[in-house]
Amino acid sequence: MAVGDLVGDRAILVCCGPGGVGKTTVAAALAVDGARRGRRTVVVTIDPAKRLADALGLGSLTDTPRRIEGDWPGELWALMLDPRSTFDGLVARYAPDPGQAETILANRFYRNIAGALSGTQEYMAMEKLFELHNDERFDLVVVDTPPTRNALDFIDAPRRLSRLLDNRLFRLLMLPARTGLRAVNIATTAFVRTIGKVVGSEVVSDAVTFFQAFEGMEDGFRRRAQGVLDLLADPCTAFVLVTSPRRDAARETEFFAEKLGEAGIGVEALIVNRMHPRFAPAGVGPGEGPLHRNLADLERLADGEEAHVAGLSRRVGAPAVCVPELDTDVHDLAGLARVATYVFASAD
Amino acid sequence: MDPRTFCAQSRLIVVAGKGGVGKTTVTAAMARMAAGLGLSVLIVEVEGKTGLAAAFGAEDLEYDERELAPGIRARSLTPDVALLEYLDEHGLGRISKRLVKAGLVEVVSTAAPGIKDILILGKVKQLERAGAADLILLDAPAAGHAVSFLMSPRGLREIIRGGPLRSQSEEVLDMLTDPARCRVMLVTLAEETPVNEVVETAFALEDRVGVDLGPVVVNGLYPVLDGLETAPGTDVAPDLAAALAAAGQFRARRQELQQAQVARLAADLPLPQLHLPTLFSVDLVPRHIDELASALAAAIEALPARTEVA
Repeated sequence: MAVGDLVGDRAILVCCGPGGVGKTTVAAALAVDGARRGRRTVVVTIDPAKRLADALGLGSLTDTPRRIEGDWPGELWALMLDPRSTFDGLVARYAPDPGQAETILANRFYRNIAGALSGTQEYMAMEKLFELHNDERFDLVVVDTPPTRNALDFIDAPRRLSRLLDNRLFRLLMLPARTGLRAVNIATTAFVRTIGKVVGSEVVSDAVTFFQAFEGMEDGFRRRAQGVLDLLADPCTAFVLVTSPRRDAARETEFFAEKLGEAGIGVEALIVNRMHPRFAPAGVGPGEGPLHRNLADLERLADGEEAHVAGLSRRVGAPAVCVPELDTDVHDLAGLARVATYVFASAD
Repeated sequence: MDPRTFCAQSRLIVVAGKGGVGKTTVTAAMARMAAGLGLSVLIVEVEGKTGLAAAFGAEDLEYDERELAPGIRARSLTPDVALLEYLDEHGLGRISKRLVKAGLVEVVSTAAPGIKDILILGKVKQLERAGAADLILLDAPAAGHAVSFLMSPRGLREIIRGGPLRSQSEEVLDMLTDPARCRVMLVTLAEETPVNEVVETAFALEDRVGVDLGPVVVNGLYPVLDGLETAPGTDVAPDLAAALAAAGQFRARRQELQQAQVARLAADLPLPQLHLPTLFSVDLVPRHIDELASALAAAIEALPARTEVA
């Protein structure tokens, strides 16, 4: 399906791919196009470099949607993900009472989770997406995702926290609080002491306190994670892979598409950013001097890139939409419009 | 500076940079250059699947060391295996397998962020102390993460007040902050965002980790070609003439943009630069590594001899 049709029809567009390929810029261009098509669009970015804010010509973004005025029939809103406050919101939602929520929010182990548990950022991105999808103000959500070094982190993210809560080690740590049985207590204490010897006892007691405070909330989290996963697999969601023709980016993208496939999620569009332009489609011909040498260099590069993209497109199972290398960085709406002319070229 | 002197400045060089700037390529070229000087080189990869092995035409790396090319060995370190080894060495081998299997790394690294990193850096320190090679190259995680990776021993010192991991953190920190043992070489491209990020990373590493910074490698530069503005000869077919002119303009514009970024980098970051050319290729094969190793050696030779710091 053409990228333009996805922007027109779907409720959620997830832009993913390796770092440094211009994912944020593409997400912003898709969102602007959504507003142009009359949709009430919100775009959420994760990028700590605040590049989306730059691309939209805004100085800064916060984690509450902010409206961007422009010459379009729809609406355009943007926000920046703050994993901490999203996570805090989840805890507040599932804690049986405000006191328990407070205990968790003040716990050192919890405070570390938002920054340290691998996949938390991805999980919170998905969580935010779920929230915005259910927000009546919007009918199209575009998500820019963290660079995906490990594809599994991303798809796995919602499941990861429930898995952490189900962890056998945690079960052991929590046993004293649960049963109070003396026999269990001794065994567990020895076990905990052993871990404490290596990592320091404060770390262990923080963890124990956290999991004791978390008692009874696992179910809520698990159901929520399942809801997010269902939404990702729903036909109203489209995954857009953004990449560049560089060797390492292409390899990562392919790996990621494979993992999405294993999770039962298809890639509906492949956008290859920063292609070198082709100057001599008819061939270079013989010649001497810097002009000839340069043309030969650039054509050789374009040949290599095109071959890479053709292979990638075949293996990913989606046609490639190519955006050429622009001669300046994209940092305003005019720049986004330039990107958009290439992204949506095939739709016209 | 003599490349031999350059390589002898510290046994460990951490190669760091934003994703997509060619960190792994630079690591490979550096290894090739040093091996060419007769030094033994060990490359340590920490993120897996970097394509380093492929650049030498070899299979993906594993935890156990392997020879990639004459004089160049490489291995991939993962926190799980490093932890097993660590527990073993601290007399906890009996329960270690069970702990790791039960997800200890994930639990503990949630409790104290940075433990994964310290396990890896601890292993690197052990290799450095043992003199595992004349030169050890650590292909670090991508930019933003490189700072937290190298910050981990400082961070952990705050959290953990005693025990073996605390002393481990202190020993790693000693290595990182000793210029005679360790340097960081940053890699970037001559583009706006990568230049911004490398400047930010450099200051963060110096201020927050206290690590010594080597020269910055600027990768992927168009070799400057003069004469791009001249008109194609009259004997050239019109189509080709147009293509030559357009391609020439494109190249001239890119060169100009790159030179502007190189100048901006020099102004914002007072570190010597090593320039590496683009190879006009999407693939990386052993021949490319050789070319880049020669370019790297030439760039190092062009550096002034290091002035002694009191």
